[in-house]
Amino acid sequence: MEIRKISILGGYGRGGEKELVDQVDLEMGDLLSIVGPTGSGKTALINDIGLFAAEDTPSRRRVLINDAAPAEEFMDDPARNPIALITQHTGFLSDVTVDIFLDTHARIRKRGNRDAVIADILDFANQLTGEPIITGSSMTELSGGQSRALLIADAVIIGNSPIILLDEIENAGINLTRALEMLRKYEKIFVFVTHDPRITLSSDYRIVMKGGAMQDAITTSPEEKRIGEKVTEMDRIIVGLRDKISSGERMLEKEFRAIMDMTWLT
Amino acid sequence: MKLIMCAGPPTSGKTTVLRQVARRLLKKGRRLAYLKIDVQFADEDELFRNEFSIPAKKIYSGDLCPDHASVLVLGDAVRWAEQEGADLIVETAGLCLRCAPYIAGSLGIVVLEATSGMNLPRKIGAMLTLADIAVVTKIDLVSQAEREVFRANIMDATRIEVLEADALRGIGIDRLVRRIERAEEVTVPLMLKGSPPVATCTICAGKKNIGWEHHFGVLRKLDSDLFYRGE
Repeated sequence: MEIRKISILGGYGRGGEKELVDQVDLEMGDLLSIVGPTGSGKTALINDIGLFAAEDTPSRRRVLINDAAPAEEFMDDPARNPIALITQHTGFLSDVTVDIFLDTHARIRKRGNRDAVIADILDFANQLTGEPIITGSSMTELSGGQSRALLIADAVIIGNSPIILLDEIENAGINLTRALEMLRKYEKIFVFVTHDPRITLSSDYRIVMKGGAMQDAITTSPEEKRIGEKVTEMDRIIVGLRDKISSGERMLEKEFRAIMDMTWLT
Repeated sequence: MKLIMCAGPPTSGKTTVLRQVARRLLKKGRRLAYLKIDVQFADEDELFRNEFSIPAKKIYSGDLCPDHASVLVLGDAVRWAEQEGADLIVETAGLCLRCAPYIAGSLGIVVLEATSGMNLPRKIGAMLTLADIAVVTKIDLVSQAEREVFRANIMDATRIEVLEADALRGIGIDRLVRRIERAEEVTVPLMLKGSPPVATCTICAGKKNIGWEHHFGVLRKLDSDLFYRGE
């Protein structure tokens, strides 16, 4: 089945009030951010999407695929599930090695040439992490950043899912700017739960959450997109500083002043 | 009447799943009775009685294997529920992971938590393989990729329906309720679906001595096959 569109139909907030946003439609290639303070219901919203909510979750929202109720086979057969959800969990519980885990996942997602798929995933994931992931290591030994990088690569390559939901990847300890660049190469629907202005301002739309309810849906203006590019530049500077310190270098005031004086930031 | 038998390891969420199920079935107008079988402590019967005002009982198996105890008492329990005009929900102790006394014609539900080891489905035998549905709980605690691999390990162990649920929040329960509504009625004579893999033996009956030479029944030595010792 070809996925063209996913819709979220509003339900009710935590206090029982009807959500101010009735419906959000996303088409292939769209980037959506979900923003709002901690506890405002962002994670619950992407969980609703990941579970194909049908008025059977606390929010009573509904999710439609191509304007119709999703087929039950999406829930029964992972190979047909068009959604990959990457949660905030940064630890694995699986008592198996990385290669066995990926091999099993590739098998149930019906990917051919599993060795090549596993190599691709590790290549993708290792571009986002500090220390590379080694195939023979146990899943439970991976660091938070490695786990998250592996899950993102797994969703994009094994899942090959047309709809990818990512919960606060900025906290994953991975190279976020690189991750965004790599993800944009794929024509998919991406939904980010995020506190990060780089992600929000480079998205096409954002939903603002409050009290468990969707308060507003905002289209990113061209002006905001321009600001987003500057914010990404600011981030490159921070990442540069972080990498210097991580690799044991010492900081110099002269060097730092030169960075701060760069006029393009204003 | 329908007989719903729920098994699963301790803390996997059997009670939470059954409460969510009971709430929905009662709302749809079905009458329910609840029986909890445990070894030495259980308060789930009070929970069901207080929350739903339905007939609820518990039994303690003590020195007897709880699943053997359930084979002995379920005939009476089915008659009790029938007198109440109710379908019967039985929650097993969840301590013995090998045998689960599912009855032919009942709906056997095994509750497994997504956070348990990847090889659990291969380890637990009849509790899983003789069930009709596996409900995987605590799905909010693991990644989707792990959920999918865990599901595949269940399907590799046995071809049964697998439903995923976040029972605390009542997510995924509606599908289980629809499955229960489709379940057939149980008919007498009641028969076990499979023989429990551990026979009643001197260990089950409470003899504590270590070493095969102290016991009777089907035994084994460190380096031997199974053999029988006794009258």
